[in-house]
Amino acid sequence: MSHAIQERPVSVAPRRGPLSHARLPRWTPAAVAVFSIAAGIGIGLAAGWHSKVQWGMLAALLFVLTTYAVTTKVEGSRQAKDRVATSLVWVCFVLAVVPLLSLAWVTISKGMAVLDVYFLTHSMNGVLDTEAGGGVYHALLGTIEQVGIATLIAAPIGLLTAVYLVEYGGGKLAQAVTFFVDVMTGIPSIVAGLFILATWNLMLGFGPSGFAGAMALAILMMPVVVRSTEEMLKLVPNELREASLALGIPKWRTILKVVLPTAIGGITTGVMLAVARITGETAPVLLLVFGTKLINPNPFEGAQSSLPLYVYEQYAVGTDASVARAWAAALVLIAFVMILNLVARGIARWKAPKTGR
Amino acid sequence: MATTTPDIQRSRRAKSASRPGDRIFSGLSRGSGITLLVIMAAIAGFLTYRAILAISKDSTNFFTTFEWNPAGNPPVFGIAVLAFGTIVSSIIAMLIAVPVAIGIALFISHYAPRKLAKPLAYVVDLLAAVPSIIYGLWGAIFLVPYLDGLNQWLDEYLGWTYLFDKANEGPARSLFTVGILLAIMILPIITNVTREVFLQAPKMHEEAALALGATRWEVIRMSVLPFGRSGIISASMLGLGRALGETMAVAVVLSPSFLISGHLLDPGGGTFAQNIAAKFNEANEYGRDALIASGLVLFVITLLVNGAARWIIGRRKEYSGAAA
Repeated sequence: MSHAIQERPVSVAPRRGPLSHARLPRWTPAAVAVFSIAAGIGIGLAAGWHSKVQWGMLAALLFVLTTYAVTTKVEGSRQAKDRVATSLVWVCFVLAVVPLLSLAWVTISKGMAVLDVYFLTHSMNGVLDTEAGGGVYHALLGTIEQVGIATLIAAPIGLLTAVYLVEYGGGKLAQAVTFFVDVMTGIPSIVAGLFILATWNLMLGFGPSGFAGAMALAILMMPVVVRSTEEMLKLVPNELREASLALGIPKWRTILKVVLPTAIGGITTGVMLAVARITGETAPVLLLVFGTKLINPNPFEGAQSSLPLYVYEQYAVGTDASVARAWAAALVLIAFVMILNLVARGIARWKAPKTGR
Repeated sequence: MATTTPDIQRSRRAKSASRPGDRIFSGLSRGSGITLLVIMAAIAGFLTYRAILAISKDSTNFFTTFEWNPAGNPPVFGIAVLAFGTIVSSIIAMLIAVPVAIGIALFISHYAPRKLAKPLAYVVDLLAAVPSIIYGLWGAIFLVPYLDGLNQWLDEYLGWTYLFDKANEGPARSLFTVGILLAIMILPIITNVTREVFLQAPKMHEEAALALGATRWEVIRMSVLPFGRSGIISASMLGLGRALGETMAVAVVLSPSFLISGHLLDPGGGTFAQNIAAKFNEANEYGRDALIASGLVLFVITLLVNGAARWIIGRRKEYSGAAA
């Protein structure tokens, strides 16, 4: 590494003394950016390209090339490379933000057109695909029940597993659990759905129900809960445990009364983020819950609906009215997930362990 | 006092086993850990069992057949097209997502103004939280028409490469579009992991390079990127695992067909997960077993990819622990 650093500067030929390189003014990157965006739009218009994607890509390309040309001329090749790297990194950043903004904008603008109180409080009972109206109540109810049951299954198992790994672990078993929790995080959601399908539906002969979907969601949720809880438990200072044990308090009470309360904020955050993640899962619900137009409040019997499944079904129908409903349901879903996210992060900040940093 | 001493000794010898509360609690937590392992084993076991049921009745070679008709007589189905589509769309996604994700990670860790860095990391997290069905909806209704112009342009100027030759007219519901959408979807996970690694790069190396007069890019190239190489690889593999298993976004965007075509811009093709979602409703019980068989292949592939990624991360942890 040090070789490379020593060799590099040799190639630079200082033109006006070692410390007084010509420097571009600070506003250069901004000016180049404005120029290339203008040029991108101009050339795009002139060539008659319809797709704004091309305009943007051209502008990005111009931005990088112009930066390189200008800097090489004024500051020399090393600085030019540095500037090009900087501009590339900026381009990457913009590339990531554009889809997010576009997605948020499209969902909100199209979703707001249909979304109202009626939409939230009615089901699709008796609504034809081609006519407007109908609502998302049955799907909302289904989602809340399925996610609730999944949380009831996954949260205790995940939490206890994390406790095992941090407080009791250390052997071969703990190693295996750690590894497979990591691997489990990567299970495709459709595979979890197929597993429940193979056991619960095909082997044991149960029909589609909200509960079957909830079990698949629980499988997806467990590793996420284990991971985040584990991280939080590791943050609890050892002094607290030792103090409690030194007072003669049994280990299990130490964990329940000292360790878990200290980390409860972070654990709650982790569980809520996991809930947010499974709320948007469509694939297992598609296989196991099946979808219905009617309100079915019983998650253990008969087909239910759920928000992501509703979005998929309404999109698949393909009429104007149903696609509009799909956008509105997508907006409800995204709002649900984002609120969970924001609240979770709020709790994390509010309950952050005082010892950290 | 004298009576408590043996107690302590005994409890130390038997660790937590001496008190009933301790025994129950440690048993419970160990039990949950074992439950997780059992679930993983059960997933592998049951999928394999149903898959064997299906494949034993398949009248052709499961791995090389270009057709999916388990309801036929005799049943004919194979995963060749699905494997091709899954791999091609994931490769496209990786080619786009990895460089961009490294760029964003560098932006957050080294380039962004301090005040911006945290909100930016948060925005990337939000990108990860958007449900995949919404990406699919956005991709099908918004991205597909927008890519038409780009596809025409690619066809016109890069058509000679065969890959970008658009032989079949029709909307851009192609593996290429799916790849772009998958790239957007796996950006956050790759960004998050690489950012963590970049932030761990030894400050001393960076400062030493700066003190020797290196530019910011030289610092990154000589001290940050070499340090983060294994992190980048494992992050990419985690992203790959996601891309391979993505279902709904692909199911919504792609217009499936059971053909293998090297023309990436043509509508058609399929992936494992997409095929399961699309064929499930019309499948009878045997057809479901066939879908489970294809799901098993997907499971094994993602298992290998994720396992490899975790192994690389684990190795690096030991290495950096020793260095620090």
